[in-house]
Amino acid sequence: MADKQAKSGQAKPGQASSGRLLDIRNLRIEATVYPPGEAPKTITLVHDVSLTLEKGKVLGLIGESGAGKSTIGLSSMAYGRGGVRITGGEVVLNGRDILKAGPKGVRALRGREVCYVAQSAAAAFNPAHKLIDQVVEATLLHGTASRAEAEKRAIALFKKLSLPNPETIGERYPHQVSGGQLQRVMTAMALCSEPDLIVFDEPTTALDVTTQIDVLAAIKDAIRDTHVAALYITHDLAVVAQVSDEIMVLRHGRLVEWGGTRQIIKEPRQEYTNALVSVHEIEHREQQPGTTPFLSVKNVTAAYGGGHVKVLKNVSVDIYPGQTLAVVGESGSGKSTLARAITGLLPPEEGTVTFDGRPLANRLADRPKEDLRQLQMIYQMADVAMNPRQTVGTIIGRPLEFYFGIKGRERDKRVAELLDEIEMGKGFVDRYPAELSGGQKQRVCIARSLAAKPKLIICDEVTSALDPLVANGILKLLLNLQQVEKVAYLFITHDLATVKSIADSIAVMYRGEVVRYGPKSKVLTPPFDAYTDLLLSSVPEMEIGWLEKAIKGRRMESAGN
Amino acid sequence: MSSPILRLIAQRILLGIVLLLAVSVLIFAGTQILPGDVAQAILGQSATPEALANLREQLGLNDPAWLRYVHWLWGILHGDFGTAQSSGLDIASSIGTRLKNTLFLAACAAIVAVPLAIILGLIAVRYRNGFVDKLISGLALASTSFPEFFIGYVLIFVFAVHWQIFPSISTVDDSTPFLERLQAVVLPATALTLVVLAHMMRMTRAAILNVMQSAYIETAELKGLKAFDIIRKHAFPNAIAPVVNVVMLNLAYLIVGVVVVEVIFVYPGMGQYLVDHVAKRDVPVVQAVGLIFAAVYITLNIVADIGAIVANPRLRHPK
Repeated sequence: MADKQAKSGQAKPGQASSGRLLDIRNLRIEATVYPPGEAPKTITLVHDVSLTLEKGKVLGLIGESGAGKSTIGLSSMAYGRGGVRITGGEVVLNGRDILKAGPKGVRALRGREVCYVAQSAAAAFNPAHKLIDQVVEATLLHGTASRAEAEKRAIALFKKLSLPNPETIGERYPHQVSGGQLQRVMTAMALCSEPDLIVFDEPTTALDVTTQIDVLAAIKDAIRDTHVAALYITHDLAVVAQVSDEIMVLRHGRLVEWGGTRQIIKEPRQEYTNALVSVHEIEHREQQPGTTPFLSVKNVTAAYGGGHVKVLKNVSVDIYPGQTLAVVGESGSGKSTLARAITGLLPPEEGTVTFDGRPLANRLADRPKEDLRQLQMIYQMADVAMNPRQTVGTIIGRPLEFYFGIKGRERDKRVAELLDEIEMGKGFVDRYPAELSGGQKQRVCIARSLAAKPKLIICDEVTSALDPLVANGILKLLLNLQQVEKVAYLFITHDLATVKSIADSIAVMYRGEVVRYGPKSKVLTPPFDAYTDLLLSSVPEMEIGWLEKAIKGRRMESAGN
Repeated sequence: MSSPILRLIAQRILLGIVLLLAVSVLIFAGTQILPGDVAQAILGQSATPEALANLREQLGLNDPAWLRYVHWLWGILHGDFGTAQSSGLDIASSIGTRLKNTLFLAACAAIVAVPLAIILGLIAVRYRNGFVDKLISGLALASTSFPEFFIGYVLIFVFAVHWQIFPSISTVDDSTPFLERLQAVVLPATALTLVVLAHMMRMTRAAILNVMQSAYIETAELKGLKAFDIIRKHAFPNAIAPVVNVVMLNLAYLIVGVVVVEVIFVYPGMGQYLVDHVAKRDVPVVQAVGLIFAAVYITLNIVADIGAIVANPRLRHPK
């Protein structure tokens, strides 16, 4: 029966039958990996996962990276990314097993019955074609509408998704449109061919928090108004709680828990779900600022392009010994540029940076070695911040040799102590970065910066690329190390939850200026300025109905990036 | 068209002119340091010192080198390449017909080779790592690996001697009618096509395969497009810049690198002309041909650069 329906082509089969749209039974997905120097082996990415989805319902798939969320999502289009194979089970869509549909049958359903919205719309749009051509492509390909009709439909969708200039935005090329807008155009592209199911694969993860809330609201409205069903994939439980009817928690390719949204976030039955729900609840008591800051940034102005693009305007902040200053803001607000100005990578045009009461040289090249040692950095992308051809021991040992001249056995001893401090043990000395997990890589970077015994470590989005639970571990480690080593942090992040768990004082940046600055308790207590209010109210909360409430209560429109 | 793209193109053209001037200096200097005396070469060993001195005066050889360079360049800018020492003929008019012949042969080869290479590249990507891909790559590489003279003689043996469809000698002159001319260049053009095909095909394949890693290829796949349509519509437009580059490089080769093929088929083109006059140590001809070849190379590379600029949507449609 399934075969017969697969061949029926253009007509949507099974529409008149039961309300069940998608039925995945005992799905098993495998891939072959080629570890260096070893024989190729087959690993199982998804173990016997089953799920069902009714018409017009939204199921959230949640889990850390490697949980198999995207893999399961894409299986509903009979697609395996990068050599991934579906080796077992059935994927029944509209009453037929699409795994048996054959290449032609699969092509007929992709872009017609199921559409896909990718995490990075900026990469998922072809830079060589106009947006409108790409938006209507699937509709025209499957012959469900004429060009004129499809364009009319696309413009209506642009309007629904509150895109600016809906009539003409389609004439633009992808690089002429901002990231948040592209994500909405991609949603319009998925909706244009009027599919039964859309797979949203982390559609707001790459966006700023203030942009995310708008895109999220737009997606939610579109789902409601078009009655399309959706698989909504994300690692952020608070986000998925806003849009889904049900939530499925996955880990290591296995089902952990599956239930209604309210049940999962309010009464999780599994320990792992509970850990996901209660993540970020690190208690950090704010330290009172000391009498004298050891590092003062005074009225710093900095610019790129020979003074043309001002990215920092008259910025002043102080950092106290052994305390954490969190710098928070959306992308382009000048957070990382502040770090570059302090380290001398981007010499300020005006203003000074004083360290221990004396001014630091503006340019990195003019600073003595001792000043370099006192300021260390950790980056967002730990794997590109390490030489892949050096072992962990060499990486951590390098600052010991460079700054203190410690060599040989003494160096090895110190490296072992540092590995102990980052809770990794000396078994890792001979490992290469490629053999470490994301969290372990970041720990090695922390050990490397600690090895220099600095007074200040600048942490630039160090937890942004990590899964929430792993990120939490890193934050706890940083707090413990601060107690032991008395090191201060300048913590750059766009994530307000992280700020709450780690900061002693906070600087909120917006378009190159510090708009709010002070001890944590004061900055996070009303009354707020308009931007801080927008930023705080945009952080998703694990509460049903938060999205609508937040949008309603806003005092300032977000930039719509 | 907007201003940044025009500025970039103007920049490339200016750079090309500067480069061409530099090459002209090199060519002039190079022929100056060659041993031997032009007057001596013309009059022979038995010339009297008076005759030599007279000729030197007449040829302007007593002027300083920079002045002679300026005179030479000034002449070329007015279409005067001087006269050939060996024959006393005007170089510009001799080159005129031969350049036309060379360009005709190159155009015939290019019209076949470029589309064929690109289509074969697209097909190779469609069936990548499969039998068809390996067959195309294998045949193309084999045809490139054989020396040109070998391919030329094989073609002559099969088509001119054995089957007698095409002439083995491709001599043409101004009075040859077009169709006959076309028939004359079939074999040399085929030889050239076989020589340049693989390079363009392999580069097209590599450039497109590179693009095939992009996320937007997955988007196209998930829209239900057919594999070949994905390559043609979504991958190829983003691979144009590298493809144009390699195509232009090969077109340049078709014009300046055809010496061997022209000699084999006795085709009266630039290559043969150059070889003849190198043998006769005819410096003005060598200089003139060298400069023209350099101009062709630089022009085609500018075209490639401009092609890459125009193919980039970010430059074509600035924010």
